[in-house]
Amino acid sequence: MNLIAFYVFALLIVASAITVITNRNPVASAVALAFNLVAIAAVFMLLDAQFIGLLQVIVYAGAIMVLILFVIMLLNLREEARAHPAGTFQRVLGPLATLVFAIVLGRAVYASAPSSFPEAAAGFGTAGSVGKELFTTFYYPFEAISLLLIVSMVGAVLLAKKKLS
Amino acid sequence: MIDPRLVLLLSAVLFSLGVAGVLLRRGAITILMCVELMLNAANLAFITFARLKGGAEAQIYVFFIMALAAAEAAAGLAIVIALFRLRDTTDVDEINLLRW
Amino acid sequence: MDLVGILTSDVAIAVYKIGGVFSALMLCVSIMTWVERRVSAIIQYRLGPNRVGPFGLLQPIADGIKFIQKEDIIPAEASKLLYLMAPALAVIPALCAFAVIPFGPEVTIFGKAIKLVILDLDGGLLWAFAATGLGVYALVLAGWSSNSKFSLIGGLRSSAQMISYELPLVLSVTAVILITGTLRPMTIVEQQAGAFWHWNVFQGVPFLGFLLFTIAGYAETNRTPFDLPEAEGELVAGYHTEYSGMRFAAFFMGEYINMMTSSALGVTLFLGGWQIGVPTSWLPEPGWALWSMQIAAFVLKVAFFQFLYVWVRWTVPRLRYDQLMNLGWKGLLPASLANLAATAVVVVIQGP
Repeated sequence: MNLIAFYVFALLIVASAITVITNRNPVASAVALAFNLVAIAAVFMLLDAQFIGLLQVIVYAGAIMVLILFVIMLLNLREEARAHPAGTFQRVLGPLATLVFAIVLGRAVYASAPSSFPEAAAGFGTAGSVGKELFTTFYYPFEAISLLLIVSMVGAVLLAKKKLS
Repeated sequence: MIDPRLVLLLSAVLFSLGVAGVLLRRGAITILMCVELMLNAANLAFITFARLKGGAEAQIYVFFIMALAAAEAAAGLAIVIALFRLRDTTDVDEINLLRW
Repeated sequence: MDLVGILTSDVAIAVYKIGGVFSALMLCVSIMTWVERRVSAIIQYRLGPNRVGPFGLLQPIADGIKFIQKEDIIPAEASKLLYLMAPALAVIPALCAFAVIPFGPEVTIFGKAIKLVILDLDGGLLWAFAATGLGVYALVLAGWSSNSKFSLIGGLRSSAQMISYELPLVLSVTAVILITGTLRPMTIVEQQAGAFWHWNVFQGVPFLGFLLFTIAGYAETNRTPFDLPEAEGELVAGYHTEYSGMRFAAFFMGEYINMMTSSALGVTLFLGGWQIGVPTSWLPEPGWALWSMQIAAFVLKVAFFQFLYVWVRWTVPRLRYDQLMNLGWKGLLPASLANLAATAVVVVIQGP
């Protein structure tokens, strides 16, 4: 049952990723990416990482993608124009190169894992276990990343402000 | 049940699609979105290994990658907005101020 | 495979629960349209709809027929796929958010123990936030795909409002999580057993978290006093200007279901969910009597909050958009952070 669900979600992930990289309309790409992120969150939950899966929906699909959509709409970006019509050589070479790269990468990672998952530990993937590690072992990185987020917020506001002339 | 090697294969395919997007697309925001695809491929691989190994360490790496992606998206989009105000386009082929 | 075995399997029970909650929600949406119009009328010292049935109770049916037979207009330059998808995107996340809310205790029917919640996740509250976070897409896409200036500005304003008020919402709930120590809604409700002063609204800093949650909830669901982005006369109905007929009705359905989810979350987290609020020794033994009383208690509490939504709509004036954003970022956010800090102090002082 889990296997069927995984195949379905994997198909959705690949299909929406292909939409992201091929569709010329940036809004369509953004919506496809949001769909992709929710499908990846579903795979996370299939792998028992519940907390991270739900965080993925809240942070990535619910906040970052909305931000990207906002900027696309503020800038009123329409369809991306082609520099020059892609010839047969480019139209074949792009997907071919991607396929070759995917095969090389795939073969590299395929051998690095066993063929089945072991039993999950009792509290694996819950907010409690992740939170405990976060606030004890990874305390300094946690503080650092909150500082980073503030810096990034201030930087974004400064960069995007209209210059008062 | 689910074969971990299949999940890693999915992660590899997603990563290569992201790389293709970054190299072949011309809109700045679309390139940012393809970078997010690559980050998510890495997240998927991390979660697979977290499940294989047990423990919360790899999940915390994913947590930090998500926070970093948020910070990077905010700053990157602000740069794109500023650039758009200057050059009135987000086409990266047109942003060639350093070349005269 | 025997029929009884299939009909009482876990999958079938999940289907019954989903069907029951879905039909109850849809019924409540239609009741809400009537309640809204009647209660608004009574507050405004006039009669509401009173022709269609006794007290106008069949008005929702008349509204439904009206919406279905309207002409289906799609603007010429609109992006068709996104335009058609947006009303569905308004309803689906709102329905999904209701999946983790417990509407009753664990009951035993015909020897099987059934939990009266569709999804008993360990991170149930996160699921509710994820679903409400996904509800922003409907506004953004509706505003963009209608290809009209009013819709675009209305959509951007609505979604900016929604994401700004998600922060105080989540922070006020975090204070409750500090008190209860768990993200699972069923456990949170079970911890509020006993007399009503055990409810979470009186724990920590009394009333502050609940007040912040309610105000942020009003802003999240785009209801007055925060409904400038969709108010008529201000922005010609904002992001759903270009929608007609059943699609318009779908946006309203989404709004009412969001209201119900917000009320139900508030009731579960702060007001004891399905707990009746009297000491346990006064209650009868677990059985049909107790469960039905508890489910009725939940329904009554949520109904009161729905009534409160309509009441506040005609009591408080509408906030201008910049006042709204100021309230969110400069008022509610520091208040919810202070609430979190104060609750943490109280929890440490009270001990384990």
